[in-house]
Amino acid sequence: MVSPLDHKILRDLWRMKGQALAIGMVIAVGVGMLVMMTGLVTSLNETRAAYYERYRLAEVFAPVTRAPDRMVTRLAAIDGVSAVEPRVVGAALIDVADFDLPVQAQAVSLPDLRNPRLNDVFLTDGRMIDSDHTDEILLLEAFAQAHDLRPGDRIDATMNGARRSFQVVGLAQAPEFLYTTAPGELIPDDARFGVIWMSRSALAAAYDMEGAFNEALLSLSRGANEAAVMDAVDRILDPYGGTGAYPLADQASNQLVSEEISGLEAAAAGVPPIFLAVAAFLLYIVINRMVQSEREEIGLMKAFGYTNTEVGAHYFKLVLAIAIGGALAGCLLGIAGGRALIQVYVAYFKFPFLVFQLDPASFVTGVSVSILSASAGGLLVLRSVFALTPASAMRAPAPADYSRTGAIGHTLNRFLDQPSRMVLRRITRQPARMAGAMIGIACGMALSVSMITIYAGFDRTIDLTFNVIDRSDIAVSFTHAASEETIFNLRRMEGVTYVEPVRHVPVVLRNGLATHRGVVAGLSPDTRLSRALGSDLVDIPLQNGGIVLSTALAVKLNIRPGDVLTAEVREGRQPVLQIPVTAIAESLLGSPAYMDLATLNRALREPNRVSGAYLSIDEAYATEIYAALQDMPTVAGVSLKSQAEVAFQTLMNTGAGAIRYVMGAIAFVITFGIVNNAARIAYAERSRDLASLRVIGFTRGEAAFVLLGELAIVTLVALPVGSVLGYYLSFGIAAGFSSELYQIPAVFDPASYGFAAMVVLGAAVASGWLVKRDVDRAELVSALKTRE
Amino acid sequence: MAQNAFSTRGITKVYGEGRSAVHALRGVDLDIPEGEIVVLLGPSGSGKSTLLNIIGGLDRATAGDAFFQDQNLSEMTDRQLTLYRRDHVGFVFQFYNLMPSLTARENVELVTEIARDPMEPDAALAMVGLRERVDHFPAQLSGGEQQRVAIARAVAKNPTVLFCDEPTGALDSTTGRAVLNVLKDVNEKLGATVLIVTHAASQAAMADRVIHFADGGIREVVVNDTKLTPEGIEW
Repeated sequence: MVSPLDHKILRDLWRMKGQALAIGMVIAVGVGMLVMMTGLVTSLNETRAAYYERYRLAEVFAPVTRAPDRMVTRLAAIDGVSAVEPRVVGAALIDVADFDLPVQAQAVSLPDLRNPRLNDVFLTDGRMIDSDHTDEILLLEAFAQAHDLRPGDRIDATMNGARRSFQVVGLAQAPEFLYTTAPGELIPDDARFGVIWMSRSALAAAYDMEGAFNEALLSLSRGANEAAVMDAVDRILDPYGGTGAYPLADQASNQLVSEEISGLEAAAAGVPPIFLAVAAFLLYIVINRMVQSEREEIGLMKAFGYTNTEVGAHYFKLVLAIAIGGALAGCLLGIAGGRALIQVYVAYFKFPFLVFQLDPASFVTGVSVSILSASAGGLLVLRSVFALTPASAMRAPAPADYSRTGAIGHTLNRFLDQPSRMVLRRITRQPARMAGAMIGIACGMALSVSMITIYAGFDRTIDLTFNVIDRSDIAVSFTHAASEETIFNLRRMEGVTYVEPVRHVPVVLRNGLATHRGVVAGLSPDTRLSRALGSDLVDIPLQNGGIVLSTALAVKLNIRPGDVLTAEVREGRQPVLQIPVTAIAESLLGSPAYMDLATLNRALREPNRVSGAYLSIDEAYATEIYAALQDMPTVAGVSLKSQAEVAFQTLMNTGAGAIRYVMGAIAFVITFGIVNNAARIAYAERSRDLASLRVIGFTRGEAAFVLLGELAIVTLVALPVGSVLGYYLSFGIAAGFSSELYQIPAVFDPASYGFAAMVVLGAAVASGWLVKRDVDRAELVSALKTRE
Repeated sequence: MAQNAFSTRGITKVYGEGRSAVHALRGVDLDIPEGEIVVLLGPSGSGKSTLLNIIGGLDRATAGDAFFQDQNLSEMTDRQLTLYRRDHVGFVFQFYNLMPSLTARENVELVTEIARDPMEPDAALAMVGLRERVDHFPAQLSGGEQQRVAIARAVAKNPTVLFCDEPTGALDSTTGRAVLNVLKDVNEKLGATVLIVTHAASQAAMADRVIHFADGGIREVVVNDTKLTPEGIEW
């Protein structure tokens, strides 16, 4: 049998259905986000793992200049290696109709007469290549789609200096090319980097690799020691120009996928608690209000002999009903949302299939955390239930005592009318309560400020990267470290206004146990186009023999200026250098390291060598310059900064960075919820006063002033407080959005604060309007009859 | 004969619709002359408070006309009703309805600030015998004192009519008599028509006219030839 008290709970829930639903929804969104995001992360990880396994992605990659095929047997004999696949890879340039410049590409070999043991491809269209036809290729599907290429089309490509025509017979995807980034660039862009698969014999012929390979792929047996295997591989390949084996974790595409997934993971951990905290706060307010208005019932129950615990449990059940209802709705919401969103991400990551998996732990966590947070709000209220004695509960509460606020009244009496005094006294009489409302709104403001400044932070990253640090128009990379004469040739081109040499050297940087596989950029002393800048955006001088690291890199390597860094060069003679760190440079994209060009060349014992150049050009000559660059045999790739900038923006707007828009929307909803709730509570507490004012003859506007004046003052005080909170919160949020690929700074952007203030004020005005509508509609008679 | 302060013709008030409809008033016709003390008596739900609310401009009739002097309240807009309350009507309620954040004087000033021809707030408080406690907040006043502040607030505008809904309902006999004395004074000194809704049949003895309500209609109207003072009323 349902007890009468349980009947009461059901009726109470029905009576307060609007508020219960609103709070339940906040909980549902929080839990839903948790279930959805963890489900998403689990599914993406599982899908990635399954994709890697099904297409046998290698666990160790070993690039080498030219190793004879017989070395494969020796590699396979290494303890812990389960399979080896030698292959030929090479840089190529593809001519595409819709681009002024040829697109950089990587040509990858597939075994002639069998499937590859490692790094297989997934054919999405057309057929596999026939090794008897040397002009047949597979093209990376994403690249083909970006340029509207299909099986049957022909393309022209330059390989090893020779231009050839190829027949596209199929489109393919591969787990090692989920993200494709042109050499020397950081930002993946489907349109600006292609992958060509062709038969091993054809590709070996093009790159003079007959009977040899220049990359070994290895998979490991269970329990193998990855580091030991890589050491053994390096020893075997060293005589043939091995540049150092690296693990899958360092593979470019996998690294980017991992970054993206961990970005989602951070959002999954960070967002739901905000919702649950807001829900706990709202529940506390609403139940507190309910207990106050049910003093008589509570007194009555106690008078009948109900214990404190029984009465407390009654209200606690109400809290639980809302929390559990919200959490269950959240689970359903999370499943539905996860199913919808995973499709988007599968397309985004270009997974050919999907392993959808929910994380059961997230359901348990979601439900229990929402019950706990709701209980925290509820428990505070129970204190006041316990404190009520039957007799005092059944007496009407005495009017709130305002006598202690008299002093303010006297001073201001001359200036204020009675309604203004009511507003002022209420605020000064209950400072704690007003502070609570103010802090609630300030938190809304803080959330809005920090989210909006993040947008400015993203803009700042783009601006600093593409307008301040890199001021070139074109970056040219050469096929090999060329002589400085190449720079003179570039300078002579008509329309080229400035040329600056650069030498990019692949290195592994080590400090103790911390390592980083990357590139050191050698810049000329008077560099103007690509610069190392300090945090004050002033050029850092490079000519004192040391290395300058970007902030992200210094953090990763846990190193400070003055410390000495080990740099293992992965090119040429492969020297191991000990270089002092001289300064830390501001960089928001990638993890660059800079040295003086001459110093770097000296250390490599290769004087006057450059691997590329930054160009500043007169746009009027752009077409001629592109054509001239295309004809230079030393030029391996040309990238336009404008295209790189677009690619960067696309990356930040489609991946984990896109979550900022979701979070921005959430911040607005929460801000509005808090402000609206504050207004609603103020109204509930004052409905009787307002009705009295109306009865006395105050117009609606005049009566509403008493209420809205209070809201206005609380809101106005909350704005500066929220700005300060938001300033500090923005550091946390910026760190959450930063990844190894790009850093988002917490910037102080006055316009963002202004906009956030507008959002809060807008929410206050909208809430005020909604409450005013209720004031207008209120039935005077019933409001007056209620005994407070 | 005195002009009517109020007259109603066929006033009907229905709450809800269909089967759950409640007929609070069923076609009430009534005339209340100016300057009288009128007591409305009847059991709970008989319709007396509903009528008071309608002629006080707090609620609207479902059908019928209610006239204040010669103005039809049923045809007034919300704004006109607000002005009617502001300029002519004083209200006193069972639970006082004072603003806890304002002192006794300020509660009265709340009205005098917006009224057309108010009396001095202190004079209104003196009338109810609270000259000494004008700077006290409601929390510092007893129930009877709070009710007297509420009356002072109601009379300070020099109202044409004073509506009192169970004004002594929450008070003991001594305090209750004091409050009734104040209402009598207001009637005599200011000439205001005073309408008192009450359960207490004995209070009918101080009225010029007693209207008995039952089942949403008027059962009987009694005109008293002699009136008792509040002191003479049994409690």
